[in-house]
Amino acid sequence: MRAMPAELRQMKQAEAEALFRRIGITFAVYGEGGDPDRLIPFDMFPRVFTGAEWARLERGIKQRARALNAFLVDVYGRGEIVRAGRIPARLVYLNEAYEKAVVGFVPPRGVYSHIVGIDLVRTGPDQFYVLEDNCRTPSGVSYMLENREIMMRMFPAIFRENRIQPVERYPELLRRTLASVAPAKCDSAPTVAILTPGHYNSAYYEHSFLADLMGVELVEGQDLFVEGEFCYMRTTEGPKKLDVIYRRIDDAFLDPLCFRPDSALGVPGLMDVYRSGGITIASAPGAGVADDKAIYTYVPEMVRFYLGEEPILENVPTWQCAKDDDLKYVLENLGELVVKEVHGSGGYGMLVGPKSTKDQIEAFRAKIEEDPSNYIAQPTLALSTCPTFVEQGIAPRHVDLRPYCLVGERIELVPGGLTRVALKEGSLVVNSSQGGGVKDTWVLAE
Amino acid sequence: MILSVTHTTLYRYDVPVRGVVQSHRLTPASFATQRPLRWQVSVSDGIPGGSFRDGAGDWIQGYSVAGPVSEITVHVEGEVETEDCAGVLRGHRETVPPIVYLRRTDATRADSALKTLGREAVSGGADTLDQAHRLMGAVADAILYRPGATHAATTAAEALELGEGVCQDHAHAMIAAARSTGLPARYVSGYLMAADAGTRHEAAHAWAEIWVDGLGAWVGFDPANRCCPDDRYIRLGSGLDARDAAPIRGTARGTGGESLDVTVAIQAVQQ
Repeated sequence: MRAMPAELRQMKQAEAEALFRRIGITFAVYGEGGDPDRLIPFDMFPRVFTGAEWARLERGIKQRARALNAFLVDVYGRGEIVRAGRIPARLVYLNEAYEKAVVGFVPPRGVYSHIVGIDLVRTGPDQFYVLEDNCRTPSGVSYMLENREIMMRMFPAIFRENRIQPVERYPELLRRTLASVAPAKCDSAPTVAILTPGHYNSAYYEHSFLADLMGVELVEGQDLFVEGEFCYMRTTEGPKKLDVIYRRIDDAFLDPLCFRPDSALGVPGLMDVYRSGGITIASAPGAGVADDKAIYTYVPEMVRFYLGEEPILENVPTWQCAKDDDLKYVLENLGELVVKEVHGSGGYGMLVGPKSTKDQIEAFRAKIEEDPSNYIAQPTLALSTCPTFVEQGIAPRHVDLRPYCLVGERIELVPGGLTRVALKEGSLVVNSSQGGGVKDTWVLAE
Repeated sequence: MILSVTHTTLYRYDVPVRGVVQSHRLTPASFATQRPLRWQVSVSDGIPGGSFRDGAGDWIQGYSVAGPVSEITVHVEGEVETEDCAGVLRGHRETVPPIVYLRRTDATRADSALKTLGREAVSGGADTLDQAHRLMGAVADAILYRPGATHAATTAAEALELGEGVCQDHAHAMIAAARSTGLPARYVSGYLMAADAGTRHEAAHAWAEIWVDGLGAWVGFDPANRCCPDDRYIRLGSGLDARDAAPIRGTARGTGGESLDVTVAIQAVQQ
């Protein structure tokens, strides 16, 4: 691709954009107003992993997904890891994402997080760091599938000549994963549906895209109702019992009888059906306590505690401002660090020290001092870069990677993921909501 | 003592509703000082939903009613054998760690007045139990019993500022003040038998429980009556606040208004 003349590259780029428009894949940007159908920039230069590199990553990702689920079953059960003094009780039990309503409940197959999105960055040939875990409803997998589709249409020859492992099995694997966690009371082939907050949601496209590819219904709360021991969906042929819901709405909105009483997005009575084994909710309510940024620090400890293994993937060294010593260090070194809100996401509410002005740093200092426990800090990593097409030609840009690990009867990982790229020179923020772009991710067969 | 309970809730809808879904915490659990002898919950035209025992040890039962329907009745009837154990909850099977009950809710957020009340009440206490008794006294002193002064959504802070309220407000205030001093505290809903005319109560009652580490147990405190629950009390369930511990949570699919009529009768059938 490097050899491609500039005119051809521009032509191809225009072709890619036209394809995206035609397919209709867009990503609305939170808090920025503007065009909700704005295209997320797609970069044609793929990110490539060798089979050996991927094999190690895959082991590490699956290991982490197992540990996170073991942690969730534990903290809603006996809390052994807390009793053993390996993680502070307050961090778990006073966490906003900890749901008292599911204490004592073990979901089918002991899985709380069925789709674990793990954000990784590379800092050396064999060194990957986990930036964060996403145990609730990680988004972006539609880009993984679409990026591949676009690349295959534009460069069919490359795919004929290279042994690039396929990712197209993802929707079928997701469907099988969800069917494999059908509840105790389901005695026939399980009916699966995706629960969406509706078309105003920024990820609605992805919800309908996945429902379509999996061959399942896309439903909103108003399409569902509880009667007796089960939850039903209204269809033109009458009510149909639902067995597994892949929900893309937050815990707080799932059931107004149990959580926020003003929620119109959920289904009244759903939690009673869930807890009595009439339906499976994926991810399980309460799964969020495992992906909190303050809990993140302890994930390597979870791997050792539950699996008796050494973590294959490393955590980024993290300072917790809730600890006095850490806070002191962070405030003294703000200019060098990346500071994040514990509950923040999408790249908002963060300070990238080396890229910030004095005023920005001082303003952030005041916020940290006001509520230290709301912040964590990490060093600015020497992130790997990947060749990327830019105005001037091809230049290195920072990338990260989010693979999607499926956890059900088996643990599955398609070889690939979503590669996000910071398109601004030197920028480390890859979030699509902050102007990042995406690339196809290639894993070569050995 | 053996207490007999009859509790009827009548819901009336101005416009017939398309359906009703409820979640009940209406069945007393069995523990050292409380044993249901017979207990029956019925819902007119109700379809029983899933039932389970939650992490706090409460029995939860779902119900749904298919519409159109313009009124439904929830009827509870039963007998429970009780013993006095100075409010200490023994033999209650539950798995929620006490520290969870340090969490704040909107109804139990401690403002500066509640924090001050809490701090001053516990400062002279010899131990947790003593501190909890002082907290109960301070709340009872600060909030006079007056039905109608507050409503279902009144917060602990509002009730304290008003200086008046009912058992829900007393319990919320005690919980908020206790949590602000680091004591896990929770809301309990249940029934209370009126032994004499002077007892401040409604038969459907609410109180607080404080976790006493030294005992390794939850201990009940009823600030509305300045006492610990004894054999006149039936414990139905607990939660972080009144909403979380509500005996009936429900919703109707409809457009019109809803009115509620509750009657509770409780008496001792055997001393």
